[in-house]
Amino acid sequence: MQKISVVRIFMTLALILTSLNLVAKDAEKVEKEGNEDLKSKIEAYRDHHLQDSHDFTFFSDEETGKHYGFPLPIILWDNGLKVFSSSKFHHGETVAEVDGNYYKLYHSKIYKTDAEGTINYDEDHHPTNAKPLDFSITKNVVSMLFIASLMFFMFRSLAKSYKKNNGIPTGVGRFLEPLVLFVRDEIAIPNIGEKKYKKYMSFLLTIFFFVWFLNLLGMTPVGVNVTGNIAVTFGLALLTFLITNFTANKNYWGHIFWMPGVPTFMKIVLAPIELLGVIIKPFSLMIRLYANMTAGHIVIMSIIGLIFLAKHWLGSPLSFGLAFALSILELLVAALQAYIFTMLSALYFGMANEEAHH
Amino acid sequence: MEKLINDFSFGLFFWQILLFVGLVLLLRKFAWKPILDSVNNREEGIKNALESAEAARKEMQNLQADNERILNEARAERDGMLKEARQLKENIITEAKTEAQTEADKIVAQAQATIESEKKAAIADLKSQVAGLSVEIAEKVVRRELADKDKQLALVESMLGDVTLN
Repeated sequence: MQKISVVRIFMTLALILTSLNLVAKDAEKVEKEGNEDLKSKIEAYRDHHLQDSHDFTFFSDEETGKHYGFPLPIILWDNGLKVFSSSKFHHGETVAEVDGNYYKLYHSKIYKTDAEGTINYDEDHHPTNAKPLDFSITKNVVSMLFIASLMFFMFRSLAKSYKKNNGIPTGVGRFLEPLVLFVRDEIAIPNIGEKKYKKYMSFLLTIFFFVWFLNLLGMTPVGVNVTGNIAVTFGLALLTFLITNFTANKNYWGHIFWMPGVPTFMKIVLAPIELLGVIIKPFSLMIRLYANMTAGHIVIMSIIGLIFLAKHWLGSPLSFGLAFALSILELLVAALQAYIFTMLSALYFGMANEEAHH
Repeated sequence: MEKLINDFSFGLFFWQILLFVGLVLLLRKFAWKPILDSVNNREEGIKNALESAEAARKEMQNLQADNERILNEARAERDGMLKEARQLKENIITEAKTEAQTEADKIVAQAQATIESEKKAAIADLKSQVAGLSVEIAEKVVRRELADKDKQLALVESMLGDVTLN
């Protein structure tokens, strides 16, 4: 009985859908042009979201042209330090004049221009204007500052709770301690070894929580994309690279330049390959985190954009459901990428510290 | 690749490195070191506690075994002592019995001896009394007899005859 009634409901639904579809077909033509416009707007919004920004905008009202958020300090090095508020750019709409120099915000980058804000392009449509060194406290820097202070207070309180509570964590520490132990027991010790893992723990713990929290922050509606920024992942990977090579022992370098146990000819062939590997390893770290986070953001934003583009009444709930499911997946990815980054860093440290065993 | 390089912002990289290295150093001093030390201490503590519990358990077992042994020893000793006491008691009783027997015998013998001597004394007394009585009787008889001369002679005669017969 139950089965039949379910089937009947589906049949009725399908009938209603097709009839609605017919009605919608007529309206489609009219909306098509407006749709194209919306599509490009969503794309622009998405691209803008993926990039760093010189002000912190939560949302904007298109009709009145108002932006809700707060400006951030701009710090430029252009024959002297220039510090001013990003409100001078009016979200890229106007030219900022500082000490007789004119600057314009174009595609999230600051260019030096004349008073009118003209930007000259080369044949590839790249601006040819001079770019001053930009040390601005951008949205990503603010996000990192926020996460850094959050981490500091959280782990400081965990550290303090041990003293207060006779070696047993309280409050948020009960959640954090297993994670710290996870990094130690599942990442550091198996990859680096019982003897040497201690000196890498600070870096591994910091990078694990830093990347994870930043990934999670990227999933909030605040709309930042720090770990999907190549400069950030480059910085993190560079640190892994430097630590690996500066703490490496003789055995590690021996395996790179003069691989033991192979003929001399092969040693010569292997040396450049191994040397390349030294750079490729952190490079893959950088690209992996960047690409994963960027892809996640693009997919979710595109599907959210679909909600607005959907013509059919079923489209929006479907897109919403999809976005919801993907967001859950992204939550997993956020933790997974932090884990992978930390895990591979630990693996590289372990390689650099491997003792000869022949 | 070109897009990546174009996206690369040196300022962001600079701040990122600065912030991250600062964070690592700060957290190392204020968080990671105390946290890991505390956790290590706690783990050491748990390990030690388990080990000492195990040691205590073993000691307890040893103690129990010791107790058992001591108890057994005590029991054996008690049994021995009881046995000894019983033997002693029996010895004492038998000794006392024999002693009593000999004493009794002695007393009986003494009593018999006394009885004998008493009997003898009584007999002697009886004899002397009988003798006195007979002398008295004899005196009286003689006094009467002697009043008659013939009778006196006949008496002497018969007496003499008796003496020889004795």
